[in-house]
Amino acid sequence: MSDKVVAELQEPTPAVGDGGPDMIQLLTPEGQRVSHPDYDKYVADLTPEDLRSFYRDLVLIRRLDAEGYALQRQGELGLWPSLLGQEAAQVGSGRALKPHDFVFPTYREHGVGFVRGMDPQSSLQLFRGVSQGGWDPQENNFHLYTIVIGAQALHATGYAMGVRMDGNVGTGDPDRDTAVICYFGDGASSQGDVNEAFVYAASFDAPVVFFCQNNQWAISEPVEKQTRIPLFQRARGFGFPGVRVDGNDILATYAVTQHCLDEARNGNGPLLIEAYTYRMGAHTTADDPTKYRVSAEVEEWKFRDPILRLKTLLAHEGMADEAFFTRIDEEADQFAAELREGCVTMETMPGETMWDHVYAEDHPVMEAERAAYLAYKASFEEAN
Amino acid sequence: MALEKVTLGKSITNGLRKAMEADPKVVLIGEDIGKLGGVFRITEGLQKDFGEDRVIDSPLAESGIVGTAVGMALRGYRPVCEIQFDGFVYPAFDQIVSQVAKMHARALGAVKIPMVIRIPFGGGIGSPEHHSESPEAYFAHTAGLRVVACSNPEDAHWMIQQAVACDDPVIFFEPKRRYHDRAEYDTSLTSAPRGLFEANVLRGGTDVTLVGYVSVVKTMLESAAAAEAEGTSIEVIDLRSLSPLPIDAIVASVRKTGRLVVVHEASSFLGMASEISAQVTEQCFYELEAPVIRVNGANIPYPPSRMEEEFLPDLDRILDGVDRALAY
Repeated sequence: MSDKVVAELQEPTPAVGDGGPDMIQLLTPEGQRVSHPDYDKYVADLTPEDLRSFYRDLVLIRRLDAEGYALQRQGELGLWPSLLGQEAAQVGSGRALKPHDFVFPTYREHGVGFVRGMDPQSSLQLFRGVSQGGWDPQENNFHLYTIVIGAQALHATGYAMGVRMDGNVGTGDPDRDTAVICYFGDGASSQGDVNEAFVYAASFDAPVVFFCQNNQWAISEPVEKQTRIPLFQRARGFGFPGVRVDGNDILATYAVTQHCLDEARNGNGPLLIEAYTYRMGAHTTADDPTKYRVSAEVEEWKFRDPILRLKTLLAHEGMADEAFFTRIDEEADQFAAELREGCVTMETMPGETMWDHVYAEDHPVMEAERAAYLAYKASFEEAN
Repeated sequence: MALEKVTLGKSITNGLRKAMEADPKVVLIGEDIGKLGGVFRITEGLQKDFGEDRVIDSPLAESGIVGTAVGMALRGYRPVCEIQFDGFVYPAFDQIVSQVAKMHARALGAVKIPMVIRIPFGGGIGSPEHHSESPEAYFAHTAGLRVVACSNPEDAHWMIQQAVACDDPVIFFEPKRRYHDRAEYDTSLTSAPRGLFEANVLRGGTDVTLVGYVSVVKTMLESAAAAEAEGTSIEVIDLRSLSPLPIDAIVASVRKTGRLVVVHEASSFLGMASEISAQVTEQCFYELEAPVIRVNGANIPYPPSRMEEEFLPDLDRILDGVDRALAY
């Protein structure tokens, strides 16, 4: 390896908050629209109405997150993984998808699920403990949450290999050409499965976009523990393009994801997007970030808030007035009330259903154990 | 009627071919399975006939084989994975036990994972470490998986087709030591002689029941023949399915013989024989004339190949087990 290559590869990770010169940005933290020669075209057609609906999505999923946190603190959920700070990364990428594209989320993608049309109760049922998933992935082309870190990267790749085998890549028919998007985090980038997924996806030209939300922290470990180089540069070693986008900039995230999905649908996959963002909250409600990171860092990131910058743009450009923002806040209140009501009234399935879906076909042990369980339960009733 | 003498390995090849002809969604994925036909040549000729999309040479990463197969299954395919050797399945362990096994339950039945994971299995081939292992208990222990094991060419031919047709994930163990064994069977049959999850009584007997699977089945039959010469009548059961466990067939036999010897190459501790012993004790407490005897591998890592004959259950050790059962 030449010295030049070594020097390039060992380029230090930019300091937290500084996404570096390679980071794509279309909307500054101050709410200023900046132009980019490659990506402006992907947002050129967005109407004020579109931007207002982006804003609405951001506000509602932040509210979903706040409610999830509160419901956990009230004992209604067992756990809640917060997406606070990552709203733009999720809405921007989620809104770039077409209905026939397919999503493989982690357990934190409540916002992506929301814009895909998932019932917001879906993620609550998992963390309330009434189901281990429980939705039909085919309904919104949104797969079940995967909790084992990075395992879904292989599922997404295999699904994308299937899309290619079906001939749904590069036909030029926009209703047919299909992309798969796989979400994961900076921590997952160290997992074997993610690296194997990169190898397989490259080897089979799979139409998959790997969407890494680098929120700087894998529970207590900073991203520097996972990588020496910016994560988007990893793609190069696997032989496909990687790009870093400002994950707190909904316009840039939307544009970059559009571009990459198009590339995948056209047969130029796989691709890696690193959405540079920040986990404003704890890893989950079981975590205590005060033990491992300084509050100054969190304060710094507050200035890069994804919602505030879109609000500033909308207000400054006259695309939304105070009445609109008030209306959205009221809608969020209503949404939150429905979420809480839905959550606390969610029914626990009867015990005998535990055996129902372990196998698709009949299984003698399932039948025998269910029958024994029911007989045991019935024995108490007889005793009374 | 078309009686043909076919090896066990070729029977699997033929079964895979039939499964692929019957359903265009059946795809094979594994290391070296394309042009080479796999290190055991089980997929020989299939890539030539079905193309590179249906017989997929995978990169050298087992979690990737199984994990991408999960994705293909979600897309509507029926993948058949080949794990090159038993000892190489562990890199795919998370995908198998946490993803493959649980996806259907996690989705409350909304998605199926109709997938087969073929694993050449067991020792006795003189290989270095990791090529002779018996990992079946890990998978039989995992709810959501089905685990089967073929011991003869006709079963191999049918069981692989039945496994592919099953809507649940199936771990399919193949006795690599017996790949070259030949047997004559009717290849013109249009349906399987028995269900995938049924045991098969290979030899009737009245004194002792012998139960085992895969490579040791042949040894059990040889042991029964030797015992007969000494006046002991042994019933031999090829288990075939490890999960679900066809316990009724074992119980019916033990109720007749009163004695049970369970044979496998895997270490005894918490192995299949332990579970069979527990269930037979629960169901045949009054019929048993002797404790259930286990003739298994020792509780050590698989030994170097020059010592493996001391480790594997052979005819003498099986007959010793029979004697121990008869001593009561």
